[in-house]
Amino acid sequence: MKIRKSYDSKMAEGDLTAMIDMVFQLIIFFMVLINFSQDDQNDKIKLPSSELAKPPEAPLTFPIVLHLDSNAAIYMGTNVVTVDSIAPLLRTEIDLLKSRNQKASDANIIIRGHQGTPGGVVQDLIKKCQDLGFEKFALRVREEQP
Amino acid sequence: MKFESKRGNEKAELQLTSMIDVIFLLLIFFVMTFKIAAQEGDFSVKMPLQGSGGNPDTTSIPIKLRLRANADGELTDIVVNESLSYGNDWAKLRGYILELTGGNAPPTPEEGPEVEIDLDYNLRYEHVIRAVTAVTGQRQGDEIKRLVERIKFAPPRKPQ
Repeated sequence: MKIRKSYDSKMAEGDLTAMIDMVFQLIIFFMVLINFSQDDQNDKIKLPSSELAKPPEAPLTFPIVLHLDSNAAIYMGTNVVTVDSIAPLLRTEIDLLKSRNQKASDANIIIRGHQGTPGGVVQDLIKKCQDLGFEKFALRVREEQP
Repeated sequence: MKFESKRGNEKAELQLTSMIDVIFLLLIFFVMTFKIAAQEGDFSVKMPLQGSGGNPDTTSIPIKLRLRANADGELTDIVVNESLSYGNDWAKLRGYILELTGGNAPPTPEEGPEVEIDLDYNLRYEHVIRAVTAVTGQRQGDEIKRLVERIKFAPPRKPQ
């Protein structure tokens, strides 16, 4: 018995509309949530956690971010220095502040210290900054999930 | 004059293949670069150089916190005002701070009692942050109850 095909010879067409809608939704989701501020972060540093950590309500004025790793190396921008050799870099920042009619005490030093760094190194770093006129410090921590 | 249309009644078809290729590439890029990072926060410490200003502690409850460490940098003892020893129990320290402050936040961040943290040089930084956490506040659900806003560090104890 010969069975006649019920469809014609045209190519079968899938309806792609729903798939494209969904893929666009996914792209928008990931685009919105992508965190470009990770430039500020450093993979070598594992921050200590605190249940009181809350993101600042307003951005800090003139932030200077210092990443302090477990070997007491300080990453400031592309420079890697130690507590003893950080002063020239901080003086450059002070010159920049002066060019904007501001003082060192107006800046905020953000310390992103590794959780295993000796606390005395953090004290040394704060002392070094104080000697140059910096007064405001922010100890950055990771939010601890209760 | 009548022009005859060359097009018949066929439905116009869009070539979607290249667009879908690009969209999938974008999707893969965003999926691969997506990273769920834990939120970060700051403990603000205003510490001018000694003798160059800053509000003195006008309250009658100065708090000196001494943190002792072993050779590995782990916390061995929390001593308050050189008299009370809490071992390594942060909850007891917070209880002491709650008792001293009455659980009330200072009117402004520049006022209220000041805690001076004096630590062994090799004490791991995470313990310093735990100490700061224990004295500065307490989480109650989603709310954070502030206790002490003013923190300073004693001069570093350089290893001999």
